[in-house]
Order: sequence, then structure tokens, then C-alpha cells
Amino acid sequence: MPDLMAVLLATLVAGTPLVYAALGELVTERAGVLNLGVEGMMVVGAVIGFIVMLNTNSLMLAMGAAAASGAVLGFGFSVLAVSLMANQIAVGLALTIFATSLGSYLGRPYVGMALVLEPSAIMQLAGEIPLLGLVLGGLHPLVWLSWVLFGGVWFFLYRTRAGLILRAIGEAPESAHAIGYPVIRIRYLATMFGAAMAGIAGAFVSVIYTSLWTEGLIAGRGWIAVALVVFATWRPGRCVAGAYLFGGVTIAQLFAQGAWAAVPSELMSALPYLATIVVLVLISRDAARMRLSVPASLGKPFST
Amino acid sequence: MVWLSPVIATVLTCLVAVIVFLVSGVDPITALKTLFVAPVADLYGVGELLIKAAPLVLIGIGLSVGFRAGVWNIGGEGQLILGVIFGGWLALNFGSVGGYWLMPLMMIAGALGGAFWAAIPALLRTRFNANEILVSLMLNYVAALWLSYLVFGPWRDPAGFNFPQSEPLAQAALLPIIIEGTRAHAGIFIALVAVLLGLFVLERGFAGFQLRVTGLSANSARYAGFPVNKAVWIGLLAGGTAAGIAGVGEISGPLGQIFPTASPGYGYAAIVAAFLGRLHPVGILFAGLLMALLYLGGDYAQILGLPSSIGGLFQGLLLFFLLTVDVLIKFRLRIEGPRVPVAGEAS
Repeated sequence: MPDLMAVLLATLVAGTPLVYAALGELVTERAGVLNLGVEGMMVVGAVIGFIVMLNTNSLMLAMGAAAASGAVLGFGFSVLAVSLMANQIAVGLALTIFATSLGSYLGRPYVGMALVLEPSAIMQLAGEIPLLGLVLGGLHPLVWLSWVLFGGVWFFLYRTRAGLILRAIGEAPESAHAIGYPVIRIRYLATMFGAAMAGIAGAFVSVIYTSLWTEGLIAGRGWIAVALVVFATWRPGRCVAGAYLFGGVTIAQLFAQGAWAAVPSELMSALPYLATIVVLVLISRDAARMRLSVPASLGKPFST
Repeated sequence: MVWLSPVIATVLTCLVAVIVFLVSGVDPITALKTLFVAPVADLYGVGELLIKAAPLVLIGIGLSVGFRAGVWNIGGEGQLILGVIFGGWLALNFGSVGGYWLMPLMMIAGALGGAFWAAIPALLRTRFNANEILVSLMLNYVAALWLSYLVFGPWRDPAGFNFPQSEPLAQAALLPIIIEGTRAHAGIFIALVAVLLGLFVLERGFAGFQLRVTGLSANSARYAGFPVNKAVWIGLLAGGTAAGIAGVGEISGPLGQIFPTASPGYGYAAIVAAFLGRLHPVGILFAGLLMALLYLGGDYAQILGLPSSIGGLFQGLLLFFLLTVDVLIKFRLRIEGPRVPVAGEAS
């Protein structure tokens, strides 16, 4: 019986990249843009973050570079999908195909290299806090920051004027435009924000979760993040809950591999993907509810 | 004009290639020659090109049936792997006793395997409204894990020095070579049949028209009495069947045995080929050849000290540029200055 605390902490860490990527995609989709390039942006973020970490040993720089590389890809996506009004699904797929190859191109010299992470000073300090220290001390600061991100996204979307405008643009861009809001600019910003979060999510996987870079490291996490936004019916709270649910599935699969050696490990590894399909079916079944929750103009280009 | 954008996209991709070579410190002219001319300079190279183009053309045409109907089947990779699993099972179990009937049976098994894998997103989409992009994508990962379970476990060659590979397929399970001195096999004919079939069914047939209408506007299709759910099924099954057959073509052709990595991403590259070929069978034939050349170039890139993923990089760029050029050809762009809302104007 593995230590319950250890399982809980491992679940939080495994779910964190999904929290970043899914919350970012949620903001993008709430502005009416369907970005299917998350997987590719995560791959590039993972490579860039890993390379910068290896060379500078600065977590801040690594995450910053990963976010910036994601945002650059998000800008490219926006030029095509928002300004030029190309098919968003096709652009997202193109981005993923391109960025996955770009990732393996850039990461080629680094395959198999591993990072040696020193326990951060913040974590040691957090460990000193009474009661909470037990949890916080075992978790990477980027895990707590993902909770701050959740709080920020929730507050922004539901408690600020800018968040209201962003949601309005996802529902009825024509009306928002008519009152004088810059639909295109906000869609750019929302897409680039989501892309930057996808970059951080990728870097979290390569730098903190595995501390190494191999091809196929992201392994569909970006697509699971896109699916999570659907499960969450475009609500941040459910997004985070879903991310940890998937973190739990990943960790359960790891522990099960140790416990039942007879079950093929490949079957266990397939669980997160199968779980994605099952949950997707359960949520989508209610067509009427889906229509109510999906941003009304999601995936539709807007022109003045 | 619609035919022009793939050409412009190719030129733009070449321009970027030149920049990439300059940055990597490689002479661009030598590099372009090494990557895109040297691989096909002899008959053997042409054979290799055809071998790589065949699965791309076959899968690309299959996928284009779905894309025309607005059905986004991104599961070509998994459907190809199912073809490998179903066809491979027959080859491994009946290879030693197999006669002339084995090969056709393997093709049918592969087609059924691919169709079965594509039927899952079709069923979940038509019955439960689940997004076919995400479902078919997740199944790619599941299929890859299934194949690696088989090849690392029950199918592993006992005489294979513990490498994850099956035993070599028996003679009856291999496709005949059609050009002496190359590896070009009869699977190339299957791709050509797909082009012809695509031409007659999609371009001339009523079913093709129905699919196109459904893709352009599901509501118009419903009004005209064209069954939309049927289009989803046809679109996905066509892609799955084609990919499954392509999978058998890989193990019975150039590979000759089953590896966990039976496909170098043909399922994804075929998506690019389908769009680059304008969802038209003849266009996809040319696009498949171009994409195959990029794969070969990637293999040759190592000579120049560049990683082989550079081939995939150019494949992705090609699709990017195609989408951009398409928009620029279809629409005229106007740059407008920022508009300052005047007080009271909005009301």
C-alpha cells in the first residue's frame, strides 16, 4: 500500500501541466477561438524550456522562454486563424504537425540528457510553515502557481469587466464589435495567453515532471487538455478538477504497474487515453447542455 | 487559381529551407540538391519515392472523403496500425502454410481493422455527439500501445536477439516487387486504384456530391434530404479502410516484418497530403509524391549533419503556407487604420 500522501502529491504534480494547458485553452476558447495546436505548442515549450534550463539553470528563464515560444506560435496561429480567417481546425492541425517536428529538430542534440534539479529554497522555506508545510514543502512552486493561475482566470472571467468583454466576444462578436470592443485584438491576446500557458505546461513536463527530454515526451497531453475544456463545459473550476482526475489516472497506472506485474504495462498506459474517450462521450451525450455551455461563436471567424 | 496555391506554398517552403540551411551553416544549393535531388537520382531512389508515396496517396484519398464531408478524421495513424495488427496476425499465423490466397485475405483483414478503428469515432459521434477529432486522436495512442504490446510480447521473434520485432514474414505474405532492382512493390498499384476510384466516385458520382454538400453546409444537406449521419460514417470508414490497407502494404512491402514503429507518421503526413492535393484524387497523387520526397530528404539530411526531423518540419511548413496562400488568393486584404469609436456613435 503506497503512502496516501505520496500518491496525493504525485497526482497533483501529474495533473499540473494539464491545469496550465487547459486553463489557457479555456481562455482562448471563451474568446471564440478554437486552438487545436496545444499539443504542438507544448512540445516546443518542453524543448525550449529544457534547453534553457540546461544552459542557464534558471527556472524563471526556462519558464519565461517556454511561455514566450508558445506565445510566438500563438501569434502565428492568430495571424492565420483570426486575421486571415483560415479554417481554425486546419490551422491548429498544421501547427501541431509543424511544431512537433520543430520540437524534435531543436531537441535532437538533447535527447537522453537529464537535468539535476536542486531543491529550491522556496520549497524548503514552505516546508517550515506549520501544518500546510507538509503539503507545500513537497510540491514545486509551479504547482502552487497553477492554483494562483486558476484563481486569476476565474476572477478575470467572472469578476472583471475585461473578462466579461472576452466572454461576450466568444458569444456574440458582432454585438461586441458594434459597441466598440476590439474583437480581433482580444482574440489575439486570448490565443497568445493560451499558447503561453501551453508552453509553460510543456516545460513543466520536461523540466520538473520528468527532468529529461525525449521524443514523444508530451504524448498527447495537449490533446487531453483540449478535451478537458470540453469536459469542463468551459468552466475553470471543473477544468482543474478534471486535470487532477487525469493526473490521478496517470499515477494510478504507474502504481498499478508495480502492484500487478501480470497486467501488460501498455494496457495501463492506454488508460488516460481511454478515460478521455469515455468522459468525452459521457459529457457530450447531452446535446442540449453542450449547446448551452459552448461559446456560441467558437471556431467561427469574425470579420468587420 | 485554386491550383496555384500549392505551387506557391512549395516555393515559399523552399525559401524557408534555404534560410534554415544558411543558419545551420550549410551551403543551400548543395543542401537542396542533397535533400531533394540526390535521393531520386537513380532508379532505386525512384522506387523508394514510390514506396513512400503509395501509403500517403492511399490514406490521403481515404481521408479526403471525410474532409469533404466536414468529418475530421485525424486517426489515420491508428487506423494504419490496426491494419498492421490485423494483417500481421494473419501473416504470422498462416504465413508458413499460406498460398496465393493469403495476400488478399491480409488486405481484407487490414481494411477491416482500419474500418473497425474508424467506426469507433463514427459511432461515438453519431450516437453520442462526441467530437471525432479528439476520439480518433486518442485512438492513435491506444493503437500504438497495442502494437508495441504485441511486438514486445507475444509476437516477439525468439531468434531476434531480443529486439522488439516479429519474425520475418513468410514469402506468401509479401507483396511482389514490380520494378527489378528496387524495393517498389505491388502496393503502389493499390494507391493508383484508389486514385481512379476516387476520381469516379468522388468527382463524378452522386455520393461525392452529397458528401461535398454536407461538408459545405450540414443544414442545406439536411434540407435536401441527404443523411448527415451517413456522411459521417462514409467519411470515417473510407479513411479507416484506406489506412488499414496501407498498413498491410507497409509490413508486406518494404518492412517485411512487424516493428512497433511500423509507420513514420504516415497517418499525420497524409492529412497534409490531402489538403495540399486540394482534396482531389489527382492532386493528392502529386501531393503524396512531394511529401514522400520530403521524407526521403529527411533521411538524406543526416549526410549534411542535419537531423532527419527536418523533413517533417518542411511538411508542416508546407501546410502552413498553403493555408496562408489560400486565404490571400481568395480574398483581397485591406489594411485599415485603427478606428476610434466616437462618443455616441454606437447607440
